[in-house]
Amino acid sequence: MELLSLSPPGWGGNLLRGLVNSLQIALGAFGMGLVIGLFGAYGKLYGGVVIRDLLGIYTTVIRAVPELVLILILYYVGTDLINKASEAMGYGRVEISGVVAGIWVLGIVQGAYSTEILRGAIQAVPKGQMEAARAYGMPAFLVMRRVTIPAMMSFAVPGLANLWLIATKDTALLAIVGFSELTLETKQAAASTRAYFTFFLAAGALYLIVTLLSGVVFGRIEKWARRGQPSLRTGQSR
Amino acid sequence: MGLDDNLAQEAGQNTADEAIKVTDLHKSFGTLEVLKGVSLTAQKGDVVAIIGGSGSGKSTLLRCINFLETPTSGTITVSGEDVEMRADGSPANRRQLERIRTRLAMVFQAFNLWTHRTLLENVIEVPVYVLKMPRAEAIKKAKVLLDRVGLGDKAETFPSFLSGGQQQRAAIARALAVDPSVMLFDEPTSALDPELVGEVLTVIRDLAAEGRTMLLVTHEMKFAREVATHIIYLYEGRIEEQGPPDAVFGNPKSPRLQQFLKTVGW
Repeated sequence: MELLSLSPPGWGGNLLRGLVNSLQIALGAFGMGLVIGLFGAYGKLYGGVVIRDLLGIYTTVIRAVPELVLILILYYVGTDLINKASEAMGYGRVEISGVVAGIWVLGIVQGAYSTEILRGAIQAVPKGQMEAARAYGMPAFLVMRRVTIPAMMSFAVPGLANLWLIATKDTALLAIVGFSELTLETKQAAASTRAYFTFFLAAGALYLIVTLLSGVVFGRIEKWARRGQPSLRTGQSR
Repeated sequence: MGLDDNLAQEAGQNTADEAIKVTDLHKSFGTLEVLKGVSLTAQKGDVVAIIGGSGSGKSTLLRCINFLETPTSGTITVSGEDVEMRADGSPANRRQLERIRTRLAMVFQAFNLWTHRTLLENVIEVPVYVLKMPRAEAIKKAKVLLDRVGLGDKAETFPSFLSGGQQQRAAIARALAVDPSVMLFDEPTSALDPELVGEVLTVIRDLAAEGRTMLLVTHEMKFAREVATHIIYLYEGRIEEQGPPDAVFGNPKSPRLQQFLKTVGW
């Protein structure tokens, strides 16, 4: 137990720092994924042929390649490209922050899944909802903000909750590029002390806590998103 | 010269009271031509009922007026203002169309209330977010309108918890909230259980009585005869017969209209 204490010689502090890094990346990547997903979904639904094809390639490729491979590709290719560009412009090599790189890499992966979740959710909204908005003179952006997005939320939230949990766990894959998130910190702590069981159990507990808390938060969001819809259970008994 | 002046004067007089004018409207879905040149005019205070069989194009006609369907050709004039169109019939000026749409309030067959908003929120939505009315004022007005359609006590209820008749009355309140110059009713009672039709027709009848301009696509022949000032019978995308209700229903000339009235049990 002393091994887990927060101050040295305990390794608890390292684990928590790793957790914070993991959560930071997961949040950033999830948020970036949502933004990509929203544009992606609208592009796929309403875009021209070129945009639709490009988005089709994006979602297909990203979802076809194992995430570990994608992370390696995007991380090394991405940093390499940035450095080349920066050298070409005469700035020399730049140090890329692990958090930013992690958010980018996972965000692009998340974006592909978000695109499909949001596309499905938008299509699930009855056409009349948007039609009424248009008929009353709402401009396209207002229709999106006031009608489409709130109305699709109830369809999107379960899928997005899944995606968020995947994001928290995908951060562990960043260990392979040497980013000190929870899994890498755990591995280092375990290797230094030979207490593998203790540390990986502790890390597992931390991931579990994150999942449980996320469940509570998404439960609330879903309840809010489903306002106005009779619950299936009371609907039956009525 | 004199003739031209006369014409100009006449045109001027006409447009002053003209709420809606549709000229030679065509609409095709692919190779299927649904509207084959329909023209109609509604003066202020007119209640024009559009009747016809399934597939006659009556809903399409109504939906072309606010460009929920893009016409293939023809012109739409609202309160004397032509909706700008490209050669292919699509709206040429988004802003203008959006502005004109706020003066045309549509009531849908399937109500189309926004399900994630309460009745009050539904009614204030367009005044607040499109017409930029102060929220407090919009709420005050919305409450009056909900009272008027008999839903004053349901303001905080979500649409899904209400009957079809209540939802449609709320949708009418939403339409009234924009102070429309013309109300477009697209088969407002067709999705309702028979016992709920009456409550909605009562509301529409009141609106007709207070001189609201309306275009009403309906299957309720008795109601159309009672409230309309003008009846249009559409057959396969053309106006087959039109006139005052008593003439159209009492003494139909077209054999097709006679047949139609027989099949709907007139």
